[in-house]
Amino acid sequence: MANRHYTISEGKEISISEFFEKNRHILGFDSPQKALYMIVKEALDNSLDACEEHQILPEIRVAVKRMEQDEFEVTVEDNGPGIDRKEVPRVFGQLLYGSRFHSFKQSRGQQGIGITAAVLYGQITTGKEAFIRTRKVGEEVAYDFKLSINIKENRANIIEEKPAIWEEQHGTIISVLAKGKYQVGKQSIFEYLKETATVNPNMSLRFEDPEGKIFQFKRVVERPSEPARAIKPYPLGLEPGEVISMAHESGASTAVGFLSGDFSRISKYSAEEICKFAGIDPDKKPSEITLAEVKNIRSSLDKIKILPPSADCLSPLGEEFIRKGLRNIYDELHPAFYSKPVMRSVSTYNGNPFSVEVGLVYGGDLPNDEPVRVVRYANKVPLLYQPGACATTKALSEVDWRSYGLDQRNGEGVPFGPMILFIHVFGIRVPYTSESKEAIAPVAEITEEIKAALKSAARTVKGFLNKREKRKKISEKFRLVSTLIPEISEKSSSITGLETVPIESVLSKVANVVFLNESFEPSDGGILVRLIVHNYTSMPRSFDIIADPPIGDIVDQKNEFNVRDLMPALSVTFEFRIAVEASRYPGTDYYFRGIDPVYINGAEPLPADWNIAKTDVEEVTEDVQ
Amino acid sequence: MSSEVPDTGKKLVELARSVYNSLKTGEVPELIMPSRNRDNIVLDPMYSVWRYGESKVTRSAKYVDGAEYILKSLYMIEFILEMIKGSKTSTLREMYYISEGWKNGKFGTQDESDIMAEDLEVITSLMREDFRLRPEENGASVIGNLTIEEKNRKGEFKRINCKDDVGEGGYNIPYNVDQEKLKIVSSDADFVLAIETGGMFDRLVENGFDERFRSILVHLKGQPARSTRRLLKRLNEEQHLPIYVFTDGDPWSFRIFASVAYGAIKTAHISQHLAVPTAQFIGITASDIMNYDLPTDVLTDKDQQALQAELKDPRFLNDFWKSEIEAMLKMNKKAEQQALAKYGLDFVTDKYLPDKLSGPNDLGE
Repeated sequence: MANRHYTISEGKEISISEFFEKNRHILGFDSPQKALYMIVKEALDNSLDACEEHQILPEIRVAVKRMEQDEFEVTVEDNGPGIDRKEVPRVFGQLLYGSRFHSFKQSRGQQGIGITAAVLYGQITTGKEAFIRTRKVGEEVAYDFKLSINIKENRANIIEEKPAIWEEQHGTIISVLAKGKYQVGKQSIFEYLKETATVNPNMSLRFEDPEGKIFQFKRVVERPSEPARAIKPYPLGLEPGEVISMAHESGASTAVGFLSGDFSRISKYSAEEICKFAGIDPDKKPSEITLAEVKNIRSSLDKIKILPPSADCLSPLGEEFIRKGLRNIYDELHPAFYSKPVMRSVSTYNGNPFSVEVGLVYGGDLPNDEPVRVVRYANKVPLLYQPGACATTKALSEVDWRSYGLDQRNGEGVPFGPMILFIHVFGIRVPYTSESKEAIAPVAEITEEIKAALKSAARTVKGFLNKREKRKKISEKFRLVSTLIPEISEKSSSITGLETVPIESVLSKVANVVFLNESFEPSDGGILVRLIVHNYTSMPRSFDIIADPPIGDIVDQKNEFNVRDLMPALSVTFEFRIAVEASRYPGTDYYFRGIDPVYINGAEPLPADWNIAKTDVEEVTEDVQ
Repeated sequence: MSSEVPDTGKKLVELARSVYNSLKTGEVPELIMPSRNRDNIVLDPMYSVWRYGESKVTRSAKYVDGAEYILKSLYMIEFILEMIKGSKTSTLREMYYISEGWKNGKFGTQDESDIMAEDLEVITSLMREDFRLRPEENGASVIGNLTIEEKNRKGEFKRINCKDDVGEGGYNIPYNVDQEKLKIVSSDADFVLAIETGGMFDRLVENGFDERFRSILVHLKGQPARSTRRLLKRLNEEQHLPIYVFTDGDPWSFRIFASVAYGAIKTAHISQHLAVPTAQFIGITASDIMNYDLPTDVLTDKDQQALQAELKDPRFLNDFWKSEIEAMLKMNKKAEQQALAKYGLDFVTDKYLPDKLSGPNDLGE
């Protein structure tokens, strides 16, 4: 690994570092605006991977300090497990060093290239070395390093290494000086941190921007996220060259031993079958397997059945993280609706397992007439660039959002509406459109899965909108009988100078239902709900109402209200308290029992499978109809 | 057109009483009136103008929209009755602002309250002036040898000659041009020329067209106000002056002509007071654009839609308009009156208008 070289076509060897210096755009360091963002991103991705792997709740500090007009110091500090001092030169000073390079496992960073690229970029643009402090779990002291990169030989120059006293028990600080341009907006460090905080609700993050402003993203989940398990490589997901390298490094002494021992989902029996189909001597030394034979192995895999890769190698965010993360970051927009997060089961493309999670936020202060906001993630890392090229955008554009109550021109393209779509694609090898990993390649299998997840989420919005529309219609009708017609009566008698007449029979002609009308106001840290039940029919009515708050709970009171012999034209008022913030309360769902559905407006029939324990409801005793 | 009828108040109270009576007998209140859209205008053979037909709309208090409509009309009736009592008038805009205080009867837009005032005219067969409501847009201006007497604020009639007693801006047509406010004394002219745009009106004034061609020039100011159309009607009826309408060549100008000659859709209930069926169109036509090779603009989407709508408008169902509208759609171009200046400032008065005025009657009527 240490002396891996790329070979360019003229046959002259150059080091990877040298290659990078000439082609920095490939890794995303292609503009001064992006450079600072890339440094933060590479460091933070590594920190979060390390914390997850070691089940640590991340405490992160990020600071971008302006040193000169266009020179900045970017510092990222974590409370991760720390790095062994002997590893430091390789981790930070050598491209393509990475513990993950050959492992078959989902992680944020993938190529063991990012953080060294950041150090190298700083070195190229400012001529200054990087500072690293790290303290490994269990070590007595921290170590401080000043380090640069020997470009020709692709290795670190340790300029200084010394022990240091550090109050933190473990963690790592990296500080890089680099030329760049600090910017705000959609593709900025701040946006990256915000979106990272969304998917890491168990992280506490403090950010100091170049003006000295401090932003704190708070931790709202008190448990580490589930780490992904490394599995042996799944044979269908590998390139022939990778199989050759594995064969060369294999500890097995025979081809059958290599196939059954170094890959997942290949048994000894399958390995013998493969050798037979591929025409390989089962006892052949793995290191002697040729490229042609690898290709035969690949085609023989299609003939014998092997199981799909196991799902537990993937690390989803999970419902709780998405729900709490979205609330934590977007609640300041007072959304009217958060959909239940959609989790797809595991699928594969080219033998690589992946899956999709989707969250959705609707309404509130989000603008009605702008394209919906899309926050894209691949393996828990926000994607800020190249949305147009991304599988998420392709999938989104192919869904007909009009059937879910959103505006979309001609039923294609990005829809318009007060909505944020959260899309997370995760897998062992998420395919990207380029080396800088800015957009997910629109592979058909992935696009289809994203589409399916988006449609499930969209259905929940549709349900929400239908309910809201129904509520609106009911409250309009209520306004008609409770306000408009009485006011017409009042006006017509004041103009004519005649006595007002009783209007009950007109009201029952217009409505002829019992109305449930709810209003609520903030009260004692919760809300006070006032439910008015008005009988606009021409007969006395008796029935029961069950209140079901979609969020929050009713305080100190049963959720059942009994209406007995409510006379025509009269109303009865019930009051109760719910422990919920007024600004987010969507209104109570009401159910009824004991009255013909055609005579009641504002409540649904009590479902047959109603959870008796939850509502403390007794048997229906009478039917007044 | 009626002067203020003492019955106005009575008629409005009656309308409120019909609502009251419904409630009293346990019926859901309703207001019924002619439908006021393009599909419900018919030619009135007696006056040769277009009026509302038989089709009716019903606003019922059974629905929120209908109940709001009835409530708003009651508030408006109450407001008008108060004005009658206090001998006040208000502009439509003032009424719109006053409606802010009308609880559930307030209007969302001034358009809505203006239309409601027209609806009340239609329902009661009364006029806006009877309701003591006036538009804030004043009528446009007149220049020519016409003598009128206008009642001033002191209540005295003051004599004005629209050639000698006015400046270059002309005589300003007041919002009420009925007999009790404005008397037409005499005129010495052969015809009236109604002009769409101010620029062209000024050009004709500067070129002395009114004197050279013994005419009265009326500036329409775009779509003409009721009072402007009413004055044209009176000049035609009382002074027997033919009316010629000189406009731009675009779909909106065709509508200006239609409202002068046939009656506007919005005011079809009073077309017989406003429309001059014998008015003649001498505005820019598609043929003029070709014959004079005038500078043009391309039709916008809205222009095209308007022309398409005109093809379905009963007022435009004759050969002249059909061929002109289709020709304009085909060439996809429109032109302004002032495009005639391509051939010099005097071209319009020396050549275009004399040709048009002496030529065959385009309308073939």
